[in-house]
Amino acid sequence: MTRAATERSIKINVRNFSFYYGDFQALDSLTLGIGQNEITALIGPSGCGKSTFLRSLNRMNDTIPGARAVGDVLLDGKNIYDPEVDVTELRQRVGMVFQRPNPFPQSIYDNVAFGPRVLGTARRSDLGDLVRQSLIDASLWDDVKHRLHGSALNLNPGQQQRLCIARAIAVKPDVILMDEPCSALDPVATLRVEDLMRELAEHFTIVIVTHNMQQAARVSDQTGFFWLGRLVEFDETERLFSAPREALTEAYITGRRG
Amino acid sequence: MANLTEFARERYAQAALRARPASIWLRRGWSETLIELLIRLSGLSTIAIVGLIFLFLVREGLPTFLDIPLRQLFSGRWYPIEGLYGLWPLLVGSLVVTAGAIIIAVPLGLTTAIYLGEIAPPWQREILKPLVEVLAGIPSIVLGFLGWVTLAPIIQGLGAPTGLTALTGSLILAYMALPAIISISEDALYAVPKEYRDGALAIGATQWQTIWRVVLPAARSGLAMAVMLGIGRAIGETMAVMMVTGNAAFVPDLGLDMPLSPVRTMTATIAAEMGEVAQGSLHYSVLFGIGIVLFVVTFTINLIAGRLVGSVVRRRGGQL
Repeated sequence: MTRAATERSIKINVRNFSFYYGDFQALDSLTLGIGQNEITALIGPSGCGKSTFLRSLNRMNDTIPGARAVGDVLLDGKNIYDPEVDVTELRQRVGMVFQRPNPFPQSIYDNVAFGPRVLGTARRSDLGDLVRQSLIDASLWDDVKHRLHGSALNLNPGQQQRLCIARAIAVKPDVILMDEPCSALDPVATLRVEDLMRELAEHFTIVIVTHNMQQAARVSDQTGFFWLGRLVEFDETERLFSAPREALTEAYITGRRG
Repeated sequence: MANLTEFARERYAQAALRARPASIWLRRGWSETLIELLIRLSGLSTIAIVGLIFLFLVREGLPTFLDIPLRQLFSGRWYPIEGLYGLWPLLVGSLVVTAGAIIIAVPLGLTTAIYLGEIAPPWQREILKPLVEVLAGIPSIVLGFLGWVTLAPIIQGLGAPTGLTALTGSLILAYMALPAIISISEDALYAVPKEYRDGALAIGATQWQTIWRVVLPAARSGLAMAVMLGIGRAIGETMAVMMVTGNAAFVPDLGLDMPLSPVRTMTATIAAEMGEVAQGSLHYSVLFGIGIVLFVVTFTINLIAGRLVGSVVRRRGGQL
């Protein structure tokens, strides 16, 4: 599962990145490299900045008044905070799955077709195939193939979350950000999403925020531990959980702090 | 083992604590019964009053539909003095003025709501929203006055024989329906969960695509309700319309300049003629008959609006 450090190719290179909400500093000069086709898990207590960091990777924080970023986030070597970067194009390349499943109140088909339609990335005649393939890749096709035009809101939460994953991959992003994607799901649905993540990692780079340390240990290649806006430790998942370098990390993963 | 009994004892104590408040409800006295009775009475009285109003309307207006042949009722001649009671000109008058008002007010109201709810920066919203409320508070007679003094000369300048036309009424009515349309549609947009917007933006949709393809469809029922209530407001309005539409009970010629001819609405007819009729005469009951027609129209609109709200609630799983 883990690769030797020399083989890693870095997809997102974060250098001295800080983030502010008004006067409040939420992130304090983070530096890390997120590897291509790896699953990177971000762990840490609530309010430690891991979600803020995740949302700054596709600039979803832009919508918050007073939010300000300092430092570089290089996606394939290009700074996404450059003034000339087109945010909608960035978000097409860096998709996102949210904590609570948020399918639109439309049909299953329209949900998946939403991205290709607004971005104009698929020809009309190819749209059906694209929707089908996205649903297959999100391991939802068998559940919904007979009711593609039924409302997405009639799906159960686990199916809704996989629909949101299908919606995200339909625009063929490079990176998928997942913000606690399983926290609203039951254990069975959670395991299905985790299996799905491992399959998706063959084609996408995945960054996941999770409160569940077993989940981080199960699915991720690399893990970063956040504490009060700082990245305390970032390492291969196996090493971080078996032999953490920092005392704070050890205290957190063994449940003594947090 | 000692720990376990300790645990059990604690749980038992907690359960006993939880059980205690229930006994308070057993001691409800006569005051509780009295308050419940009062609430029940006031609730029922509202329903009773609506029923009585309808009964009264029917009793006073029924001769209209019994004594006048339907063919005459739907004829184009409203000459009460000669005993001709054709409601058609009044229906057309109401229809033209209201339709015009809707055509003006709905696009303007919806776009204003979208601007307020989705696009305007917070400081603008804080200024504009109270202004919309102020607009709702302007007495209709004042708007009618403004229409008479400022709007009518402008319309006459457009080439109409008089400034007091259906269009003048439509403009004034549109202005009156706007606050309701704006504030209800804005509420409908506000009720759309932020998660939908985030979901669309995170895929790379622009703000406009997010509004057009996600937010508006999700708020569809609420927006339809806003429009319906705006229509209800427009069709029931009397005084301002009476002042600016010219009060000519003719069926205007069909055509592009139809809005530029004077008309008379159902409401204006009742208000203008009620003071002059002998109580109990046929003319008197025809005025009530017009009231019944108005009642049925607004009731239907409210019913449709209510259905729409109901479907919103059902789709959100019982939460508004």
